[in-house]
Amino acid sequence: MSAAVAAPANTGSRNRSFLLRVLSQRSAVIGLAIVLFFVALAVFAPWIAPYDPIASDWLSVRQAPSAAHWMGTDDLGRDVLTRVIYGAQASLLAGLIAVSIAILAGLPLGLIAGYFGGWVDTIISRCTDALLACPFLVLAIALAAFLGASLQNAMIAIGISAMPIFIRLVRGQVLTIKNEDFVTAARGQGMRDRSIILSHILPNVVTPVVVQATITMAVAILAEASLAFLGLGQRPPAASWGSMLDVARQFMLDAPWMSIWPGLAIVTIVLGFNLLGDGLNDALNQKDD
Amino acid sequence: MAMLNFIFRRVLAAIPTLLILSVFVFLLLKLLPGDPALALAGEDRDPAVIESIRVKYGLDQPLPVQYFKWLGDILQGDFGVSIRTKMSIGEMLAQRLPVTLQLSLQAMLIAIIIGIPAGVYAAIRRGSYVDVAVSTVGLAGLSVPSFWLGIMLIMAFAVSLGWLPSGGFVNFSDAPLENLRYTLLPSLVLGTAAAAIIMRHTRNSMLSVLKQDYIRTARAKGLKERIVIIRHALRNGLIPIVTTGTLHLGELLSGAVLTEQVFGIPGFGKMIVDGVFSRDYAVVQAVILCSAAIFLILSLLADILYVKLSPRLQA
Repeated sequence: MSAAVAAPANTGSRNRSFLLRVLSQRSAVIGLAIVLFFVALAVFAPWIAPYDPIASDWLSVRQAPSAAHWMGTDDLGRDVLTRVIYGAQASLLAGLIAVSIAILAGLPLGLIAGYFGGWVDTIISRCTDALLACPFLVLAIALAAFLGASLQNAMIAIGISAMPIFIRLVRGQVLTIKNEDFVTAARGQGMRDRSIILSHILPNVVTPVVVQATITMAVAILAEASLAFLGLGQRPPAASWGSMLDVARQFMLDAPWMSIWPGLAIVTIVLGFNLLGDGLNDALNQKDD
Repeated sequence: MAMLNFIFRRVLAAIPTLLILSVFVFLLLKLLPGDPALALAGEDRDPAVIESIRVKYGLDQPLPVQYFKWLGDILQGDFGVSIRTKMSIGEMLAQRLPVTLQLSLQAMLIAIIIGIPAGVYAAIRRGSYVDVAVSTVGLAGLSVPSFWLGIMLIMAFAVSLGWLPSGGFVNFSDAPLENLRYTLLPSLVLGTAAAAIIMRHTRNSMLSVLKQDYIRTARAKGLKERIVIIRHALRNGLIPIVTTGTLHLGELLSGAVLTEQVFGIPGFGKMIVDGVFSRDYAVVQAVILCSAAIFLILSLLADILYVKLSPRLQA
């Protein structure tokens, strides 16, 4: 069997063993369960939410938790539980799209910089350093402000801010892999650079990128909530945990439940992604049997 | 001499990074829709006035010329004038940076006091309930949004108990004790994530140090466990923590944006939020550039500390 064929097969078995290692990590399993719970909330929100998330009810303004409203109601009489359930949609969507933007832009740039080196690498790496020098949230706030306040622009801003993390990660991985024997053999067989990158290098960077993506999901969800809290993300009346907290701040004395539940939802989902990311990271760092 | 060379090389390497960021920041403003001359003219729509503004601010010049003029001004400390406060942005930075610096240093102190002992204890008792608790609390600390934690602490300590103020700021030079009362909750909020990071790094670093041969030798010599931990393990285990902590001071700037917003503190972080909402883009540019410069200075400091503290590298 030629080295060119052997490498992907090796990668496949390594990925399977990686998955087994992940499932043996308690933190990864707990994290995955939390994430799946919130995914289910977001997907089935229209069927499980007890009330309309947007319609105001002036007869039920700022009611404490009760049998009718388990988490109470907000300043417009809307059910907090319903809005927390719908808020999962905005958070997960923001995390997913932002991380996808970061990967779609960062992965090719990291592959090109690491594989080709030279002046291309210098330009890409210098630009990456420049973006990484700017604190993540400061950059996201500035970009969101320049793009205009909306959930879509917040996702783009967070995605661009997270992109350098993936460029640096992928570049580092490629620098290690490109000197492996199977890559040298493929080059010796006369394979073109594009084919080598796609069939030999890319499959080997997928696992660390997935691990990083999970950790970045937690950061992106926190960033979306932060931008919405500042008024730069999801606009009212649509439900978003960050904007719910922004409104709740004005009613800390009269309606503390308005602050407690959306915040707990953010903590739980971010904790879920952090646990999953930690477990994946531990599995990645364990030696292959 | 070698250290001076090292610092010189690192400063040289930081210059292109800052220059590239300055190009990004400059272009960001130029890509905004709308004519800045019109915005500066305000209500006055007289074409002659608009043209004179364009000439006065060099807006009629080609982009590269405008960039180099802007960069030249910044290098001389002239960040322009805020359209909201009509104050020099350099002056605003000089007033607000110390406020955020004080918050960040207090937060780091809290993080060190909590993070290092907890991390060391978790490493010594690896696999025990204490270790699991420390690891879980550490991860939870990383998952709590600072603005929510701020709201919860205000509800508990300001609204319910009335022990501390819910927001505002008093200068340390005016009333030191009042200043500490006003900054305690915000520092605690900022310090929580930092404590979680330091706790996790300390645990990992100690775990790797405790596996080293010299620790086994120290134990074999019959030294008491406390002496092995404090004199041998902690001394080396803390080296990466010092660098992580220094780098994290830069990260605290990010957290300060939200914390200062929740507590109404007139610091560096609030400056960018106020700048964003009043479309005061020169202020936003200045804050981004200053944040990056602070981060680069701190990463240089972290590298210097690493070399200074690591006996192997010094040799």
